[in-house]
Amino acid sequence: MNANDHRGGLLRLSKYSRDYYGGGLMLLVGAGAIYKGFDYQVGTLTRMGPGYFPVAVGVVLAVMGALIALGARRQSPATAKTKTHSRPEWRGWICIILANIAFVVLGRYGGLVPATFAVVFIAALGDRQNSIKSALLLALSMVIVSVAVFAWALQLQFPLIRWG
Amino acid sequence: MEQSLIDLWHGFGVALAPNNLWWSFFGVLVGNLIGVLPGMGALSAISILLPLTYGLHAVPAILMLAGIFYGSQYGGAIGAILLNLPCHPPHAVTCLDGYPLTKQGRGGAALGITMMSSFFAASVGILVMIFASPVLVGIAFKFGPAELFSIMLLGLLAGGTMSRGSPTKGVAMTCLGLLAGVVGTDVNSGTPRFTFGFIELSDRLELVALALGVFGIADFLHNVNKVESAGGGVKVRLRDMRPSKSEMKQAFWPMVRGTLVGTLFGAMPGTGPTITTFISYAIEKKISKTPERFGHGAIEGVASPEASSHSKTQVDFIPTMSLGIPGDAVMALLLGALLIQGIQPGPQLITEHADLFWGLIASFWIGNVLLLLLNVPLIGVWVKILRVPYRLMYPAAMFFIAVGVYSTNNSLFEVGEVLVFGIIGAVLIALDFPVAPILLGYVLGPNVEENFRRALLLSHGDMTVFVDRPISAAFVALCALLVLGQVGFWLRKKLRSRGKEDSSSREENAPADAATDP
Repeated sequence: MNANDHRGGLLRLSKYSRDYYGGGLMLLVGAGAIYKGFDYQVGTLTRMGPGYFPVAVGVVLAVMGALIALGARRQSPATAKTKTHSRPEWRGWICIILANIAFVVLGRYGGLVPATFAVVFIAALGDRQNSIKSALLLALSMVIVSVAVFAWALQLQFPLIRWG
Repeated sequence: MEQSLIDLWHGFGVALAPNNLWWSFFGVLVGNLIGVLPGMGALSAISILLPLTYGLHAVPAILMLAGIFYGSQYGGAIGAILLNLPCHPPHAVTCLDGYPLTKQGRGGAALGITMMSSFFAASVGILVMIFASPVLVGIAFKFGPAELFSIMLLGLLAGGTMSRGSPTKGVAMTCLGLLAGVVGTDVNSGTPRFTFGFIELSDRLELVALALGVFGIADFLHNVNKVESAGGGVKVRLRDMRPSKSEMKQAFWPMVRGTLVGTLFGAMPGTGPTITTFISYAIEKKISKTPERFGHGAIEGVASPEASSHSKTQVDFIPTMSLGIPGDAVMALLLGALLIQGIQPGPQLITEHADLFWGLIASFWIGNVLLLLLNVPLIGVWVKILRVPYRLMYPAAMFFIAVGVYSTNNSLFEVGEVLVFGIIGAVLIALDFPVAPILLGYVLGPNVEENFRRALLLSHGDMTVFVDRPISAAFVALCALLVLGQVGFWLRKKLRSRGKEDSSSREENAPADAATDP
């Protein structure tokens, strides 16, 4: 089904490596949950401690991870495609991540207006087709929306401008 | 049954109260609007607007959220048919025949048929809901911790294995969600778990942050610079919307059959609407005299899946409201909204919050009529919105996500949580994991743990309690069947691919996908 293909755009890994690393990752997370769970007192079936449930779920997760990774190995890696890497989208990714961080930092030290401006402006720069001017315009119009809708209409508890 | 009708009458009174009606209308309108936007489905729509409901009374709040829900479902169908963009997974099947119809210039008619089948299916679903809920509630009162645990286990298993892609990956994601639900302070002992030293985490992870992270930010990370603008040169006018008589005739029985499939599946917890759409599409193709038309613009292929997903959605409210067990991630989010309002879903909900329950049912009907009325004149507007370029849409959405999460608890820490979940979600999607089960696991997690503990405390650590009690045993048996079925599928696939190894044509599709490939 090609209808869902537009979702898989991040990095086209081959199915083999997707399963192999995905399974491995789940195995690790499961093992981590088991390890941490034992720190919190497991207890007995009748009197379960806080660690019992995380350990149990961790075991299932680790088993699933192992199954996924093993399944990947059995599908003869020789036939797996190796080339299908699409170009990583560093500019977009960094801008989206920075935009979110900027909102947190500026929201803490600057207030709603600078935070809104920053999140929209930086995120917009992540798209190669946006010029500085169009990003600026978009950011400014979102500031107006933000002030009108969230600060004024919804009475959000967030100072518009905060000093220091 | 008579009592149901009286209650329903009362429910209409609640739903038609001006204040409630206004919020319901607002929900439908905004849900429809967001649903049309590419990449935004019911989940993101509800997550974004969830904070709005905190200031509201419980009844208008839940009416509005339900309105957003079916509004965005309607909206999603528009994107699927006109642009081949399934923003909401159940519409993936609608694309198969809807988009070819658009290319043949019958997109308007496909939309019209979609609206009619949705309305018909929703009405049937509502009827079932009215008469089945009290019966189900009677059974639900017999539920103890053991039964609750087993049925939730079934829901989690079904949600994990029946979602898109490999069942092992689905179950792994469900477990990840359960672990995410563990984060915070243990209610029984007060031990902080998985908080990694953050005081902010001792009060559970934030549901909205999790949902917007894995569905919003993760999606932007994938689509930035990849998706240009959703809309091409699509034009739909009002008078194109009227399907011809022969099309109506062709669509009628598929619509009825789709409704039936959706209703049957609705009562099963954990099966999302996606699977029902696949099944109803497969049925239509199977019984059709001209199966070769499917995939090239068969109107039946639009009517039946759309009907099944809408009736499923309506009936899904029964387990969600009366047992507290959501069918899919969207229901899980609605359940979370109820909990935030201080309302505990369960068998007592119908008696204790009769105004809410019956008001909700009545509002479904009103909401569906509103949708019909709204969509006829607004179709032109939706088509225009689809043409808004992605480069303008996602930065604006980033802001809405940030401010939406902030407003849930006035906490910037949670805005940071969104980013973390977004990155995790993007990695998981890249590794081909379905992310929806995470949300299901997260919402059910604390309940599963609590009931598991309680059941075993009552039975003094005797695990047989889950198979000794008949209702619980039935659910455990279903779970076992599900697991065995999956193992069987896997074995059959294995054997088949071994036979085909030489011709090196491997089949990678999930069974459900294979059944629908034209």
